[in-house]
Amino acid sequence: MVTRNVRPAAPSRLTARERARRAAQGGASRSVPAPLLVPALIAILFLLLPLAGLLIRAPWGRLGAALSGADATQALTLSLWTATVSTAIAMIIGVPLAWVLARSSFPGLRLLRALVTLPLVLPPVVGGVALLLAFSRTGFVGRYLDSWFGLTIPFTPLAVVMAETFVAMPFLVITVEGAFRSADQGFEEAAATLGAKRMTVFRRITVPMIAPSLGAGAVLCWARALGEFGATITFAGSFPGQTETMPIAVYYALENDPDAAIALSLVLLLVSVAVLVSLRDRWLRGSPL
Amino acid sequence: MTQPDSGGLVVDAEVQRGSFTLEVSLVAAPGQVLGLLGPNGAGKSTLLSAVAGLTPLSAGRIALAGQVFDDADQDIFVEASGRPIGFVFQNYRLFPHMSVADNVAFSPRARGLGKQAGRSAASYWLDRLNLTDLAGRKPSQLSGGQAQRVALARALAGQPTLLLLDEPLSALDAGTRLDVQAELKRHLADFAGPCLLVTHDPIEALVLADQVVVLEGGRIVQEGTPALIARQPGTDYVAKLVGLNLYAGRADGAAVTLSAGGTFVIPDHGQHGDVLVAVRPSAIVVSTQAPRSSSARNTWQAKITGLALLADRVRLDLDGQPPALVDVTPAAVTELSLDPGSQVWLSVKATDLEVYPHNGARAG
Repeated sequence: MVTRNVRPAAPSRLTARERARRAAQGGASRSVPAPLLVPALIAILFLLLPLAGLLIRAPWGRLGAALSGADATQALTLSLWTATVSTAIAMIIGVPLAWVLARSSFPGLRLLRALVTLPLVLPPVVGGVALLLAFSRTGFVGRYLDSWFGLTIPFTPLAVVMAETFVAMPFLVITVEGAFRSADQGFEEAAATLGAKRMTVFRRITVPMIAPSLGAGAVLCWARALGEFGATITFAGSFPGQTETMPIAVYYALENDPDAAIALSLVLLLVSVAVLVSLRDRWLRGSPL
Repeated sequence: MTQPDSGGLVVDAEVQRGSFTLEVSLVAAPGQVLGLLGPNGAGKSTLLSAVAGLTPLSAGRIALAGQVFDDADQDIFVEASGRPIGFVFQNYRLFPHMSVADNVAFSPRARGLGKQAGRSAASYWLDRLNLTDLAGRKPSQLSGGQAQRVALARALAGQPTLLLLDEPLSALDAGTRLDVQAELKRHLADFAGPCLLVTHDPIEALVLADQVVVLEGGRIVQEGTPALIARQPGTDYVAKLVGLNLYAGRADGAAVTLSAGGTFVIPDHGQHGDVLVAVRPSAIVVSTQAPRSSSARNTWQAKITGLALLADRVRLDLDGQPPALVDVTPAAVTELSLDPGSQVWLSVKATDLEVYPHNGARAG
């Protein structure tokens, strides 16, 4: 057997700054091994270069003019109010749904949970097709809406709201459901011993205590609704001023008015950054929803 | 024990939870503070939550002033929100998103008072518990003692006819505990209905309760006045809590044969058959030689197995027939050179031995 004494490695430089860091935080070297560093840098470039391109190509001087064009303003206004209405609807019907999913028990509950969260992973265009089949004038629900109430949904602002709600509400539902599930039910018990009936407990204890999650869910839902493209264009079409939301306007403007497309994209980018900042405590710290 | 009682709480309950069974019958009269004393897992909190309506009975019945809360045989159940109770939880469970004033106003509002009436009910109780200055604070801004007072005010503001307290002082540090305890005693004295107080602290039970029920393993093992329980503990658990040596034995005339070994001679104790003998650790005398002339009739040899320093004395753990815990002064430890392993003589005067019937302590 050949034995060999282990010899110390050649010394490398350790700056005073690095010494201080290691002394304060402990741990070994923080330098990244080359086989990890290179792919990581490629990933960073891939994610950030296109966004940088957007900023570089932006017509900064004519930004105001590009955004104040009739089409852009219409798209912006339509997107803002439809996303807001969608979020309001999602809160009114989605929070009770989240409570049912979190707190009740009946056969098929798990299947129901899977089905209502399906739009999270469903390609939005499929959602649009499904909405069209249900609510078009010949659809199995739409034909009655048409013949009884004279109500035609597709290709109207209402269709935009419905498409956005369909795609975005599950984000609110799963966020709020998780909060209902993990909320300390001791407070609800205490409220019951103080004479509060179940609806009072829900209104005055449960919902206020999950308010941060409700806020996060609403922001997520709103951001998703604002960016909705596939389901909207399929179910609502793209009539300027009627159903042409910002993402759809960007898509069409790219051909004939690139400056407007970039300007609108910048607005959406800004909104996304704002959403990220508002959710930073929940997401950037690596905590689950 | 379960007689109908006008205005009182009558419990004849069985709760099944997995392999644990709680089986308890008790009565608490209006104005009475009934202490539920027992180790962790004895079922004290389960009993409280059954009375509150947070846990349904598997069998039996709970009624307050003739109104049935729960009757498993007749499928009658009043939801927690429909029972006229006030519940002070162990960690208070103050609503964190509400101010102190809103916490206290919660029950009056939930029980149907208007906004204005609810607010004035709250301010009455805030005033009574000296909380007016804290009305605007959130629970997270309160000290332990303040939170305890808010919890009590919140429970009382709903005008309950039954008060339930689950270890109300256990979350407090030793310093504030005595003050809060004295204050709690005053408020309990003012409360007209029956009160159940869960605790595992014998001092708390002795100070606050009029009557004590000892629960072990889901059953009542002893009940009586706090003084009686402190003097004549019925089980090893209670004896340990109140700091007494407890021996089970059989009385035959003056001699009591102990099941742990040895015999005590106790004239005129008047008991026959199965008895318990309790003796204070400080009543037992330690000597290094067999006492020749002593008025103590009961003398036996024992070996020291452990020494522990308590506040102002040393507690000896002795193995003998019977084994004993004995308190001596630190000076005595040095003078007699008491070490683990030393053989010593123990003696106790017959008058320091409390003899009472086994299980008879339940009679109260």
